[in-house]
Amino acid sequence: MSKAPPNLTPKQLESFGKELDAICARVTADLGQRDVDYINKVIRSQRGLEVAGRALLFVSFLPPAWLAGTAALSVSKILDNMEIGHNVMHGQYDWTGDARLNGKTFEWDTACPAEQWRHSHNYMHHTYTNIVGKDRDIGYGILRMSEEERWRPYYLGNPLYAALLAAFFQYGVALHDLETERIATGKVSLGEKRGMLKDIWGKVRGQTLKDYVLFPLLSGPSFPLVLAGNATANLTRNLWAFTIIFCGHFPDGTHEFSEQQAENETRGEWYYRQLLGSANLTGGKLFHVLAGNLSYQIEHHLFPGLPAHRYTEISGEVRAICERYGIPYNTGPLHRQFGSVVRKIVKLALPPLPGRGGKERQASIGTSTEIPAREHAARRKLPAAA
Amino acid sequence: MNSCALTYLETGILPATTSFLAAAGSRVTGPLPPPAFPPNARARRGGLGRRLLHSGLFEALAYPHGVDRYLELVAPLLVKEARAEVIAVRHQTAKSVTLTLRPNASWQGMRAGQFVNVSVEVGGVRQTRPYSPAGSEHAADATLELTVSTHPEGRVSGHLREHARTGMIVGLGAAQGEFVLPAKRPQRVLLISGGSGVTPVMAMLRTLCDEGFAGEVGFLNYARSPELALYGAELAELAARRKGLRVARAFTRPVRRRADSRALAGRFGREHLRAVMPERQDVATFVCGPPALIEAVQAMWAQDGLPAPVVETFTPGTLSFEREDAVGTVRFAGSAREAANSGLVLLEQAEDAGLTPEHGCRMGICNTCSCRKRSGRVRNVLSGEISGARDEQIRICVSVPVGDVELEL
Repeated sequence: MSKAPPNLTPKQLESFGKELDAICARVTADLGQRDVDYINKVIRSQRGLEVAGRALLFVSFLPPAWLAGTAALSVSKILDNMEIGHNVMHGQYDWTGDARLNGKTFEWDTACPAEQWRHSHNYMHHTYTNIVGKDRDIGYGILRMSEEERWRPYYLGNPLYAALLAAFFQYGVALHDLETERIATGKVSLGEKRGMLKDIWGKVRGQTLKDYVLFPLLSGPSFPLVLAGNATANLTRNLWAFTIIFCGHFPDGTHEFSEQQAENETRGEWYYRQLLGSANLTGGKLFHVLAGNLSYQIEHHLFPGLPAHRYTEISGEVRAICERYGIPYNTGPLHRQFGSVVRKIVKLALPPLPGRGGKERQASIGTSTEIPAREHAARRKLPAAA
Repeated sequence: MNSCALTYLETGILPATTSFLAAAGSRVTGPLPPPAFPPNARARRGGLGRRLLHSGLFEALAYPHGVDRYLELVAPLLVKEARAEVIAVRHQTAKSVTLTLRPNASWQGMRAGQFVNVSVEVGGVRQTRPYSPAGSEHAADATLELTVSTHPEGRVSGHLREHARTGMIVGLGAAQGEFVLPAKRPQRVLLISGGSGVTPVMAMLRTLCDEGFAGEVGFLNYARSPELALYGAELAELAARRKGLRVARAFTRPVRRRADSRALAGRFGREHLRAVMPERQDVATFVCGPPALIEAVQAMWAQDGLPAPVVETFTPGTLSFEREDAVGTVRFAGSAREAANSGLVLLEQAEDAGLTPEHGCRMGICNTCSCRKRSGRVRNVLSGEISGARDEQIRICVSVPVGDVELEL
């Protein structure tokens, strides 16, 4: 079980925040050719793998060609969604001024419309990370991923829902911003979501037309093989993305927070919450690229705007800072982290054991001193403007 | 390599050219119709394939990125956006570089005197600068000639002088500007320029030459010194060849050894004018150069009771980032509002001005408030870094204006 996080004084939290701000400022000042070369190289690899994969699937009556083609297409979709799409849409490359790398207009090869992703992920998830009731990444409105959520008999299906979400992850993500559970409970009417549904449909139609109609048709007699190859590539990407993403915030040792805890938090407190709520994965260079560097989830949550390939370079420094402040830095190999996530999914399918409340699992931030409410709650605390 | 050549007259393209100019002449602003001179052979050859590649089928197969995002990796000039390849690089002076660009088939053409936004990547960052091409509007293959003068602080000009090579690809915006010859060519044309302002009037002169212009042309150019003078050889050659053309060059700094005995000295004045256009009645005058030159010409024309000359000046962006206090005006261009800079972050200033910009975290994390800054400098409150003055994407929740700023909000 998780160690209780340290109670840092407001002063400590402030200097902790300043140290992290300094890393961010230093890397930002150093951005340049190297970063553009890197992302362009990844984009070239992705496009190359996609073209090669689709070409191989045209001759997929040869079994090795089917396997190689499907593998190449799977990797291409993984790169497209994770190291390219997710990271570019964070605005990590906006500073290049290149319209093709603009976070506000980039579109990716998945069912979720980029516009909706930018809201549910960049804003909601990254600002309110692991706040139960605000961060919809906690269970996607389908699963029970926190003891803070009250158990209902529906959650007996937790493992089954998780398996289905993993297999159809791109559609799960597509419906993410729609808040389907709020529609189901009547809090929001379907009519209000008409525009969003239309956008999702447009995206799903484009995907389906490409992967399940046009490319299979163009291959003529290989139709079923190409269809199967494309479906397998989408499935592989879904399973991989689900695995990596669920390892970001749910392994043992990560914390959840209540809305009150995160009210009026300072920048240092916000950093602190990001740290306690995120977990890293260890692995080789290729693993990190395929994970879109979300294996550096901690660094990503501290600095979502920095190009993700930089996380590996600053991770040692971040870890050292955490050690100095006694803040746990949660990291481990994929099998261990994902194993603990699976255990959590299964455990939370069942009602809580009698005599065990959920409250103790919630981290407290700056409990040693009451944080005074600020005048402008909506206006977040930023360093002095002038 | 000089794109101004008189061979055009012999190939019989002129009638089509003049009718194009007549048609285009009525449109002062907005994109120009495609040039009527023959599209270059390369574009014609690639025409069918290019259209096929951008057909609905290929776009559906390349969903959602689009065909161009694949195509540009192997053939960067086949894309739908206007781009050009550098096909020649030469240095006329130590402080300039002259590039010949061959645009792709998406280029819509331009009129002599207009400017073009050219995008190049410098240190990983895409920079866009306006340049007035100096070549004829009838150049073969629609090539553009850019003469870029370098400034000590000019990142793009310095980069181009040091690193421009043949084969380099640059982005092109649509030609803009109203500093152009009337479609119905005047009988007498006077072109006055100073420094790098020589480029648009050079384009006008070369265009008139290509059209076999039968009228009178006076060309008066100012440079600091013979070492910094642009287009000396071309002007001498044209003046020798064309009867109605008089060229005079003046150096504003004292010249020790007169290389050119016909050169004039000092700043703009009546005696300089007499060398190129003694009689100024019914003369269409075009002036491009530093503000002082333009003001001097305007004043003399007003004094003589002549119609105002057509003028253009290249004003360098003013640097005001030393000022830490809240000064200047914040302009929200999209909603036609402006307010005095209050020193708060731009998101709050926009809200205080009654706007409701899209935003999320208000702490520089989520990028929802990211918005285009058209001009001005901002300081990032997290890093303290001060931005460039040009068009770029910024997060308004963590950006404080430093002097005047214009947002696309």
